[in-house]
Amino acid sequence: MSSPPHRLELRGITKRFPGCLANDQVDLVLRPGEIHALLGENGAGKSTLVKIIYGVLHADAGRILWNGQDTHIPDPAGARRLGIGMVFQHFSLFDTLTVAENISLGLDQPGPMDALSARIAEVSERYGLSLDPRRHVHNLSVGERQRVEIVRCLLQDPKLLIMDEPTSVLTPQEATRLFETLRRLAAEGCTILYISHKLEEIRALCDTATVLRGGRVVGSCDPRKETARSLAEMMIGTELSTPERLPQGEAGAPKLQVRNLSTTSDNPFATNLKDVSFEVRAGEIMGIAGVAGNGQAELMAALSGEALVPDPASVAIEGRPAGHLGPRERRLLGLAFVPEERLGRGAVPELSLSENALLSGYAREPLVRSGLVHFGRARSYAERIIGAFNVVTHGHRAEARSLSGGNLQKFIIGREILQKPRLLVVGQPTWGVDAGAAAAIHRALIDLARSGAAVLVISQDLDELFVLSDRIAVLFHGHLSESRPTHHTSVEEIGLLMGGLFNHPPDEDEVDRAV
Amino acid sequence: MSAELALLGPILAAMLAAATPLLFAALGELVVEKSGVLNLGVEGMMLVGAVCGFAVAVQTGSSTLGFVAGAAAGAGMAALFGVLTLLLLANQVATGLALTLFGVGLSALIGQGFVGIPIADVPELYIPGLTDLPVIGKALFGQDALVYLALAAVPAVHWFLYATRKGLILRAVGENHAAAHALGYKVIRIRFLAVLFGGAMSGMGGAFLSLDYTPMWAEGISSGRGWIALALVVFATWKPGRVLLGAWLFGGVTIAQLHVQGLGIDIPSQLLSMLPYLATVIVLVVISRDVARIRLNAPASLGKVFHPDA
Repeated sequence: MSSPPHRLELRGITKRFPGCLANDQVDLVLRPGEIHALLGENGAGKSTLVKIIYGVLHADAGRILWNGQDTHIPDPAGARRLGIGMVFQHFSLFDTLTVAENISLGLDQPGPMDALSARIAEVSERYGLSLDPRRHVHNLSVGERQRVEIVRCLLQDPKLLIMDEPTSVLTPQEATRLFETLRRLAAEGCTILYISHKLEEIRALCDTATVLRGGRVVGSCDPRKETARSLAEMMIGTELSTPERLPQGEAGAPKLQVRNLSTTSDNPFATNLKDVSFEVRAGEIMGIAGVAGNGQAELMAALSGEALVPDPASVAIEGRPAGHLGPRERRLLGLAFVPEERLGRGAVPELSLSENALLSGYAREPLVRSGLVHFGRARSYAERIIGAFNVVTHGHRAEARSLSGGNLQKFIIGREILQKPRLLVVGQPTWGVDAGAAAAIHRALIDLARSGAAVLVISQDLDELFVLSDRIAVLFHGHLSESRPTHHTSVEEIGLLMGGLFNHPPDEDEVDRAV
Repeated sequence: MSAELALLGPILAAMLAAATPLLFAALGELVVEKSGVLNLGVEGMMLVGAVCGFAVAVQTGSSTLGFVAGAAAGAGMAALFGVLTLLLLANQVATGLALTLFGVGLSALIGQGFVGIPIADVPELYIPGLTDLPVIGKALFGQDALVYLALAAVPAVHWFLYATRKGLILRAVGENHAAAHALGYKVIRIRFLAVLFGGAMSGMGGAFLSLDYTPMWAEGISSGRGWIALALVVFATWKPGRVLLGAWLFGGVTIAQLHVQGLGIDIPSQLLSMLPYLATVIVLVVISRDVARIRLNAPASLGKVFHPDA
């Protein structure tokens, strides 16, 4: 008896895009029932490879073998017919439709809605993914939305399930539950291809790992026998330098005081802030953790001045009430901010870097003279940013959207820091940024705090907050927990808070809002 | 007492008829917008439907063929819009406005030889007993077939959108075209079909005006009803039942102001003619102030250009 054929085998897969070789002769073998990690930095070619397997892209060269047979996967529907399911990092869900309607749209033979709802309930029960088929998706938490995608795949009885960065939006406890589901699936013979840069997670979950770098397979290993450090070094190809922990500086005068901040929004998809109070002092970095959609966007808008708050005193900058002031007035008081969305909020995609430098810089740098733009100064300001923060670009005339995520983020953060703010508010500073740029951004934020500014970091990345912050608080359903000194808390404790395990008054509006 | 009651029947009947063109156009546009396309050319499609329907009915002597021609002409205009916006990715707002201007001119050109020509009346329903009922008999059981068709379209559109799989797919395309495309749905084909349906409905509304409601051809016969239909869809928060209420309101005020004009009350007739438009917009704005409802029912991809490779 020979051993059973491999579930999926890729031989010599090559994919070229204009100007880059995304996959270069990639070989990959997936066996039935294994949980296989695909590791690599941003741009290593992981998503291209996965899109080829799922039929979204087609390889320029190479063979795909499914259960030992040569196969061509023309499109996602073809992949689904073979038994390949995929859970995307950015969910493809429809907010105003119900769970059952969303799942129905992803099936080729959904059958009547009642029967489908019953099957959804049954499958979600069996794999411990509690889900009510009648609820509207916009009322679901991010973790629940992911369950919708997973259940959608499970209903097709998959033989191979591809998970793209599934835990980046989950609390540690939600991630643990997801792992239990995945292990159960693997035990039933389903193969799981798991993409993540969270190395500890891969060590805990996966049986095998394949490492990609620059589009090539550079190694494979048993992650359980490696350390997170050795895996990381395999990914980046050199030794890893971790930023040092910030020594606890003596906190100075409060720069930002938020008192009993509550917001109301007409947008049914928004999360209202409820009685949020905290302060950030000179010389310290405060971190706010939480799963996306728990009020981070609303807090950011209320702090930056994009949304005004009813009580001016509920947001005070340098002791001055600022809740009624717009972004420009707040900048003049000493606030700088870096929003979460780089393109569209942090920078205008179609404008050049020097024009983007002008957009937030004009309030505090002398870039405008009697109503006219001083282009020479705007240009030299942009060049100063590019030089000081090592932004890789072909010059100050480059359009913002032509920069990679990491380089644009370095530029935006540099633009704010060079204005010497006394208070900096940053949302998701290193989201989607590769390891090298992330380390540079962390270093810049730590240096800014050391120079006496107050820094507030709102992030979903717990590892980042533990590296940067002196204190951490958690935002959940619009409530903010007490902050804890970072060296007196743990990832587990913050994780529990992210799941809502702190005392807050019960909400009236957490009930499912009917249309 | 009995004289007033006797007046009520014709008023009710006239109101239903006045609401019909609006109902056709607005229901068609509702389906178009639910698929994520904003076609501002309703007025132009109505006019071309009206003139083509009239011309065919005059030439053939058949009002049924006239209605079919009106619907086909509206769909033809919509196909032009669909090719420009869905295949060539032109801006939907600009293209829709251009379509209306084009329709105004084209209908005037086609209609040159038809101004002032009389046309045979469309036969009305007659059910012995029911149609003879006092007061409501004529209004409820003595209308033209198209009035009933428009009324039947309200539950039919609702059923299609909310109870069938094709309707679910159409709503999904209007909600998030990128996700629908990722799931393998043919976004452009679905939208094109919706646009054609919308055009045919607008054309029917127009043909109803020239063949039945007026019945004659005059330049600009739709007199802004296409625009009111567009407003109706938005203010009705994309719900067919509310479109019906809005159309009845418009029809009711139209008829009421005609009677006021008839009574010889000393108000300029231009002011009175304004009333149906004004009243419809004001009432709809007032009842649709619920932002949450708009957010939950508005198609999120409305008016956004879809490019499959982007």
